[in-house]
This record gives sequence, C-alpha cells and structure tokens, in this order.
Amino acid sequence: MTVGWVSKAPPITPKAASAKARAFWLLFPKRYISSLCLAACFLICVPTLCRADDTALANLHSSDYDTVAAAVTDLAAHGNPRARAIITALRDGALCAPDSGPGLYISVPNGYVDAATGAAVSGIDPDSVSPIQENNRVRVAVAGALALLDLSSPNAATRRAAADAMLDHPDSALLPALDQALAREPDRQTHGAIALARAASLLSAGAAAQSQQSQLEAVATLRAEGTQQARAILLSIPNPPPAVKDAAKSAIASIDFKLRLWSVGQGVFYGASLGSVLLIAALGLAITFGVMGVINMAHGELMMIGAYVTWLVQGATTTAFPGQAGLGLALSVPAAFLVCGALGVAIERGLIRFLYGRPLETLLATWGLSLVLQQAVRSLFGPTNVAVITPAFMSGAVKLGGIEITLNRLVIIVFAALVMVGLTAVLRLTPLGLQMRAVTQNRRMAALMGIRTTQVDALTFGLGSGVAGLAGVAISQIDNVSPNLGQGYIIDSFMVVVFGGVGNLWGTLAGALSLGIANKILEPLAGAVLAKIVVLVLIILFIQRRPRGLFPLRGRAVES
Amino acid sequence: MIRALLPRAGADWAAAGVLAGGFLLALLSLLPETFMLHVPAFAVGLAGKYLAYAILALAVDLVWGFAGILTLGHAAFFALGGYAMGMYLMREIGSRGVYGNPNLPDFMVFLSWDHLPWYWFGFSHLPFALLMALIVPGALAGCFGWLAFRSRVSGVYLSIITQALTYALMLAFFRNDMGFGGNNGLTDFKDIAGADLHHAGTRAVLLALTAIVLAASLLASKAILRSRYGELLIAVRDAESRTRFIGYRPEHIKLLIWVFSALIAGLGGALYVIQVGIINPGEFAPGNSIEAVIWVAVGGRGTLWGPVLGALLVNLGKTLFTGLLPELWLYALGLLFILTTLFLPRGLAGLWHAAKPATVAEVTPEMSAVDSEAAP
Repeated sequence: MTVGWVSKAPPITPKAASAKARAFWLLFPKRYISSLCLAACFLICVPTLCRADDTALANLHSSDYDTVAAAVTDLAAHGNPRARAIITALRDGALCAPDSGPGLYISVPNGYVDAATGAAVSGIDPDSVSPIQENNRVRVAVAGALALLDLSSPNAATRRAAADAMLDHPDSALLPALDQALAREPDRQTHGAIALARAASLLSAGAAAQSQQSQLEAVATLRAEGTQQARAILLSIPNPPPAVKDAAKSAIASIDFKLRLWSVGQGVFYGASLGSVLLIAALGLAITFGVMGVINMAHGELMMIGAYVTWLVQGATTTAFPGQAGLGLALSVPAAFLVCGALGVAIERGLIRFLYGRPLETLLATWGLSLVLQQAVRSLFGPTNVAVITPAFMSGAVKLGGIEITLNRLVIIVFAALVMVGLTAVLRLTPLGLQMRAVTQNRRMAALMGIRTTQVDALTFGLGSGVAGLAGVAISQIDNVSPNLGQGYIIDSFMVVVFGGVGNLWGTLAGALSLGIANKILEPLAGAVLAKIVVLVLIILFIQRRPRGLFPLRGRAVES
Repeated sequence: MIRALLPRAGADWAAAGVLAGGFLLALLSLLPETFMLHVPAFAVGLAGKYLAYAILALAVDLVWGFAGILTLGHAAFFALGGYAMGMYLMREIGSRGVYGNPNLPDFMVFLSWDHLPWYWFGFSHLPFALLMALIVPGALAGCFGWLAFRSRVSGVYLSIITQALTYALMLAFFRNDMGFGGNNGLTDFKDIAGADLHHAGTRAVLLALTAIVLAASLLASKAILRSRYGELLIAVRDAESRTRFIGYRPEHIKLLIWVFSALIAGLGGALYVIQVGIINPGEFAPGNSIEAVIWVAVGGRGTLWGPVLGALLVNLGKTLFTGLLPELWLYALGLLFILTTLFLPRGLAGLWHAAKPATVAEVTPEMSAVDSEAAP
C-alpha cells in the first residue's frame, strides 16, 4: 500500500476486492491495472469499462473544460475505486499532469503518486508537471461526482446529503449510477431524495434522448415533492415535448397551490409564535388590570428585569457549571418569577395602594416608576445589550412539511401555554384565586365576607408582576436584552388586554393569538410596519364597536 | 356650584405674564451683544420652545382637567401641526437644498422620486400650511373623538387607544414611502415668508408671536369654559351619566372640547417646528404625550394657568438637568411623576388653592369624583 492510497482515499470497495486487484497487478502490465481493479470490483463487462475508464482518465488531461467535466462525471459514474482520490485531488488542485506526454499524478506531501494506481512515483521534477485547472463547469461536475460517490456511503445521512447535493446539480450522465443507487437504497427517506435527484437529472439538459414516458414520470415525482426547488427544475426543462410541457405546467400550478398553502401554514406558525409572546407579555397585565383595575405602565420594565435576572442567573450557573446554558435558563424561571413578584408586592405596597380609585393617576405614577426602573438598570448594567445564551436544545429548526419551525419559538409557545394553564389553575383552584375572583367581582362584598382585600391586592399584583418576569425569561431568548426591552412590548400587551376583554384570561388568549396571526398574515401583503399600523387601526375601530373587548366581564360591579 | 370650578382670573394673569415675558425676552435679544441684559439667541429659541410646549400643555389640560379625558396621544396632534408647518418650510427652501432641485425637497430627490406627491400641493403657501396645521389635527380628532365618544369609550380604555393612535402614526411616519422624510423627518429649513430663520430679528418676532398665540389660547379657553358650555363640560366630567339622563348629549359636549384642544395643539406644533427647526417621527412617540401630561399634572389640572406653569418649569428643569447631570434626568422625571401623583394630586395650583382654603373646600369632592367615574 502506498502513502497516497491511505491518505487520500479511504477504500470504498470491499477488502477482498482490493486484494484481488493486487493479485492482478502481478499478472498484467501496469497500464491495464486500473481497469483490472474495476473488473475485479464488478466482474462485469470488462472491455467496455476498460475503455470508458481509460478515456476518462485521459480526458482529464484535456485542455477543453467541458471534456474535463464530462470525464469527471464518467469517472465517478463507473465506479473506479480511485475515483474519489482522483476527483478530490482535482478539487484540491493536487491533480497534476506532465507538461508533455501521458500520465496523471497526485501531489502528496513527500512527492507524487500515480493517479490511476495510487503507487508512489519517484523521480518527477516538480517543474515538469502542472496542476489541472478548473472552471465553474468543472467544479459543478466535481461536486456532482463527489455526491455520487457519497451515494454508496454506508451512512444514510451522508447518502441523503449526497442526493440533495445532486438535486442541485442535475446531470443526465449520472442517471445510470442513480438508478443503481436507487435500487439498493434501504432507507425510505433517502430513497425519496435519490428518486428526486434522478427525476431532476432526467429532466436536465442532455436528457433529451430520454423517453417521454420516463420524463413524464419524473415530472410526476417532482410534482409530488412540491418544493420551490422542484418548481424551479420544472420551470427550466430544456426543449420539452408538448406532453411533458403540459404535464410540467400543471405540476407547477399544483406546486404553486401547495406552496401557498404551506406559506399560510407558516404564517399561522409565525402568528402563533408572535401571539404566544404577546400572550405571555399580556397575561400579567391581564391580572393586574383585570383583577385590580390598575394600569401598570411599568409592566414592560418588570419584563425587562425578568430578562436581566435570566442573564444574571445564567452567568452564575455557567461560571459554576460551564456549558450548562439550559440549566441556567431553567433556574431563571423561578428566579425571575420570585424577583419580579417581590418587586411587584413592593410596588403595590409602596405606591399603588395610595392610588386606588384613581386609575388615571396610577397610570402616570407607574409610568414614572418605569422611567426610574429603566434608568436604574441602565446605571447598573450599562445601556447596551447583554448577551443571554440560547441553550443548544432551543437553537435550530425542524421542518414539518413545508413549514419551518424554529425551536426557540416552539419552546416559547409551549412555555406560554404552560404559564396560561398554570395561571388558570391558580385562579380556579387555589384559595388565593378564589379570593382574587371574589375581589374582582365585588370588592366591597368580598371585604364583608372576611377577605382581606388589601392582602389580596398585594398578592395579585405580585402574581401579575411575577408573570411579567416569566415573560422576560421567554423574551430574553428571542429579543435583545437591553434597558429598553419593556417599551417595545407595553403598547402591544395593552392592546391585547383591551382587545381580549379585561378580567378574562381566555379573552387575553384569544386577543393575543388573533392579533399575532392577523399581524403575520398581513405582513407579506403589506410589509411589517404597515401590517402593524393596520392592526392598530383595526383595534381602535374594534374598541368603538365593543368598548369592553371580545369577552367582556358582565355584572353590576363592572357597570359602575 | 359649578361656577366655582370654572377658571377665574388666573387665566388672565397667566396670559398677561406670558405676553410680558415673551415680549421682554424678544426685545432684550435685540439689544446689541455688548449690553449686560442681552439675551443670547439660544435662550430665545429655548423660550419659544417652552411656550410651544405650554400651548400643548394647555391643550392637554382642556381635555384632562376640564373633561376628564386622560389623553396619552396629544403629541400626535402637536406633531401633525408641526409636519404641516414643516412641509411649508421645506418648500420654502426651494433650490437651496443640497441637491439644488427647485421642485422637490432633498429627501425626495434622494429617494429618486420624480414628482411631488399630491398631498404636498399647496404647501408652498404659508396661509395654506397654517390652515392645514389646524385642519389636519382637527379632522383627525373629530373622526377619532366622534367614534370614541359615541360608543362611550372612556377612562383608561380611551387613554390606551389614544396611545395606540399616536403609536400607529409614529410607525407610519417612520416609513420612507409616506413622503414625509421618514426617519430623518423634515429639517434644514432656511426661511419663513422670506425672513431668514437664523436671523435674531426673526427669532424675536417668532417668540413674541408664540407668546401671543398662547395668551390668545388661554383667553379663548377661558371664554369657552366660562360660557354655559363650560358648565355643561364640568357637569359631564363630574357626572356623565347624570348629565345624559337630564337630556344632554355628553358625546357632543366632549367632542367639541376634544377638537378645540386638538386645534390648539396643532397650532402649538406649527410654532414649535419653526423655532426648533426640525420635525421627525420621534415627536409622535407615546412617551412625549405622557410627558405632556406630567407638565399638566405638575402645574395643576383643572386650572388654565397651571399647565402653562408646569410646562415651563418641567422643561426648564429638563434643560438644566440634561445639561448638568444627564444620567439623572430620567430619575428626576420618574420621581416627578410618582411624587406629583402621590403628594400633589392637584399640582402646584393645588398648593395655591390650599393656601386659600375658602375656594378649595367646594372643589375637592367633585374633583376626586372625576376619576372614580372614569374607572372601568
């Protein structure tokens, strides 16, 4: 074995085959060795392969780039065991040809090896050989050829990636190899990918000779796939016969329809994602506003503080347990809830309780508080963004049909749903929830029944503020964490609460989701800013029709 | 009893004080620089700005103090008036812009537009621009108020949708294709009605003019509020349902003062832009509207002179603070909000009245009823 063989190309043929090849080496003159290797591998049709392979190697020499490209494809398609080594060398600029005369060498760190055999060659003057040049056409062919070689990899993921790569460079010359790969492919998904690549190759330039029937089948395969890429391939079939042309046209229409459906689905996902952010931002507000009638303009700042708590907790845990960003995030959920909840109780006791019955002045005072909190955070942690780490399990995306689902958004949707369920449970099942609802419905009556309304007020405000902290944890994963974080959400969350109806968590849910989805559905039609404006104007008009929102509270206490 | 709640001589004194102060500053700025009493140009500009803010504060007070409508979006009317004036000032630049295009403002040349949008026509004439500075905010307030008051949106709901209104406008004006200069807004003005905007004389005249407009607004507001309509307005503020049951239409009464207030705000905005020399979408920011509310709160709502005093004091404080201790300004402003609402619910005017207990006794109960009525 030579150095070149080992370092350049892991053998793709079975060991027994290469042993046979070595045996032939002894019996036959050197120039036939490459073809004999091949014969040993496949034991079929030796003369044809010999010729094809020899021609391919010789053509790599050619000064015409198109010939070189065709030779690269040939080499890969006919299963030469040296094909990968040679093509990789060509890609890396290590494949050299003597300036005069035949022969191909691969330059290795300590000399040259013969390209066809992999045997070390001595006595070559580096000045007498020069690397084979590439152009774009050759590079495309090299990529396609390497992908083709990957198709016989034992790893299904590699084969799949190879099939996807070949879809990008369809070439009718690869068809026989694709057919073989298709026949032996065990994995269902990979099988589909290869079938797609085959269909694309069937419809590519140079495939005019293919039968109309097979082309129609290829169109059907692409139609079933229904992606943007399939559409592009269908759109650019060179000189299709009329039947194929018609089939392609109807396939494109079908794909367009499917893509539009997927894009609506994607819009719904984005909308649900935006809605979940709005929901979690508005839930705390729904509690303080709905239950207590308190407009807390510092709600956004409580969210901002929740995000900073996330940052601090994450910093502490990553110092203690490096690499555990997920742990930090998990710990910051209770931490943010407790910090913001305590802050909320303090705000209620220190400020808001003096202003009950004066909602407009509460609004002003809490606005002032929001300015102070913002500036305090700015003084403590600086005015610039701080970096909250997104743990590995929350980064990346999965594809569900034509919908791309980003994992951090998905986690936030789930988190918002959990918070919603948790809050509903607190309100419905706990004594505190019972008292809160009693105070909401009729404060004076509740007080007469022995409920300490002031205590309930403080705890309610604390709960709402704690939920704002949870919102901060969620938002730290998708937005910049800076002292201004809260301002971007406050108006939107008020809109959600007012739109959904005060004092009703289901109204908040409905409000958040419908605003989120309306925003994202309008966005592609009107652009992000205009969509937002339209939604705001719609809400303003909606409030005129139903001044108390989608799901208004009813009852005597409300009317007063 | 209602008459006790109507503005009294305070408005006259405030108008006289504003006029005297404005004219004095304007005259002193015209003195040669060597004189000891010479007022530098920047001070004239600042004074003009403060007076324009005082006009806005008066507008906010008219609806908040006298109609019980807490508006968190009045800066929208102010900024719309400002944009109308800014458009005229842009057209006045003519071919002296950076691109030297006689027909198009610079930012349109930059966006490679080839003609003026239709809504820019007429703005080369000052009277038209002034009219628009009144009509546009007035029309917007009319539509918005008609819809809102008719369906009895009140209290914090109204506050929140006024905020949404100004927020939506801010987003809209940030868009380049709106044709109002996008992010940068309108600026780089040269002159007004042929007079150089950077000339000391022009600036002095503008300051005096702003003082006159403010004084006139004060007197007009006083006249309106002391009329029978003013009494009705107070009745609606303090007992809307009762007024309705007696047979009045509270929505019409509120709408009238709402539109009048928007007109004053628009005029204030127009005067503001001339003297500050720039208008951009940031003026629509909800924070600006809320800041205007705190001027009124500090000065004392429900009086006409309170908001003027509040606007002048708070803005003077802002200028001093942001010059000396910039990082402390937000603390100061925030504490001002908190402390005023906690300890000075009637503002400085309340202190004044507290010193004269004879009148305040009858005022307080009704005033505190204002907000509980508006509660959701």
